[in-house]
Amino acid sequence: MIIIGEKLNSTLKSVRPAMENYDAAFVQELAKKQYEAGANYIDLNAGMFYKDEPERLEWLVKTVQEAVDIPLSIDSPSPKALEKALRANTNSKPIINSITDEKERYNPILPLVTEFKTGVIALCMDDEGMPETVEDRFKIGARLIEKLTKAGVQPEDIYIDPMVRPIGTGSHYGIVAIETIRKVKTEYPEVHIACGLSNISFGIPVRKLMNQTFLVSAMTAGMDGAILDPLDKKLMSFLYATEALLGYDDFCMNYMTKFREGSLEV
Amino acid sequence: MNILDEISQFLQQGRAKNVKELVQKAIEEGMDAKTILEEGLLAGMSIIGEKFKNNEVYVPDVLIAARAMNSGSELLKPLLISSGVTAKGKVVLGTVKGDLHDIGKNLVRMMMEGKGLEVIDLGIDVSADKFINTAIETKADIVACSALLTTTMGEMKNVVEAAKKAGIRENITIMVGGAPVSENFCKDIEADIYTQDAASAADEAVKVCINK
Repeated sequence: MIIIGEKLNSTLKSVRPAMENYDAAFVQELAKKQYEAGANYIDLNAGMFYKDEPERLEWLVKTVQEAVDIPLSIDSPSPKALEKALRANTNSKPIINSITDEKERYNPILPLVTEFKTGVIALCMDDEGMPETVEDRFKIGARLIEKLTKAGVQPEDIYIDPMVRPIGTGSHYGIVAIETIRKVKTEYPEVHIACGLSNISFGIPVRKLMNQTFLVSAMTAGMDGAILDPLDKKLMSFLYATEALLGYDDFCMNYMTKFREGSLEV
Repeated sequence: MNILDEISQFLQQGRAKNVKELVQKAIEEGMDAKTILEEGLLAGMSIIGEKFKNNEVYVPDVLIAARAMNSGSELLKPLLISSGVTAKGKVVLGTVKGDLHDIGKNLVRMMMEGKGLEVIDLGIDVSADKFINTAIETKADIVACSALLTTTMGEMKNVVEAAKKAGIRENITIMVGGAPVSENFCKDIEADIYTQDAASAADEAVKVCINK
């Protein structure tokens, strides 16, 4: 599983004040912790700073890469903020989070993907809005994959986000996300998935239970990447167990290592 | 338990079929539509709203209660119109241009309707001009804008500007809400009211309409 650590996000109330005050030590500590907990990428989002997002995002990039050498997931819909952050990036190949098939978003962000040779998370949505069915989501996902690869992006640098919507607002949203993942991975095995996991549990109680269960189901359907909280030990334990069950962990050695490190929790 | 309390109870449990049957029964018994609406349906929805604000019930509870309310209010609508009962106030609601998120906006609509307000829901991706033109055409008291994206919340400022340009800024209350929106942002763009959850939005909207 490709784990994108979600904690350095300005929309999180626990993190925002530190970002507001340019608290480098706090930001670096949170980046390090996620790295040590198994994150493959650290997501950076400064979207709450609507007045100076580009400068804020640039500061996050510089601050984090001083502390950890881990690729970053630069999280913004704004081409300007993305470009400023990408110019500051000195760590290895980052991911742009994200592009969609909306004209106003696709056209200015694509050149950044090719110029900076980044990975890119592509959301299954277009100018028609957020599609409801598996077929419509897959159609948009497939169109994005075709367009991006034609523009020179390698399939393994594309991460499809199936668009997880809250199960509490529509009983079909769980299965629609799961089946979209299955279809994308069946038709385009080289392309990755990057699923925003915790959206599934918005508005319902005991969110962690729903997140854990969704993680297992989605991985079983082929999900090989997710944006999640790597500091959530239980969630990570489910992740390691599922990897072993699905045959990605020879002799359960990673699972055993995690056990010996004392990081498995139920 | 009298029939109005029963309607309220069933509504809180999200039992649309029972609500519909009891509203029909109350109508047949000659109870007036306004009483059924206010003391049955709205009373129940108001409890749900309060509990939602206090995290005692959750999004699915609200959605299923709102469905139950609609099943009853559909029966009442023609009677309310023919007897000349009007809503407490009128709200033009929508998610701003460029933003396709509707969950928060829908919760606000349910809460506002649950307080007896008439809500004209323009849906998602609504331009500033559409908000204001609709407000003028329908003589609305309030324009309520929702945004979930930091990139689209700026659109709310355009709504304020459009109201000024149309010369109705003094006559209309502009409410803003959504995850990235804050009290400070509301002041910055010179909107009138920010609330942090759907139930509070409905409470504030009722206050505005009563004081008009």
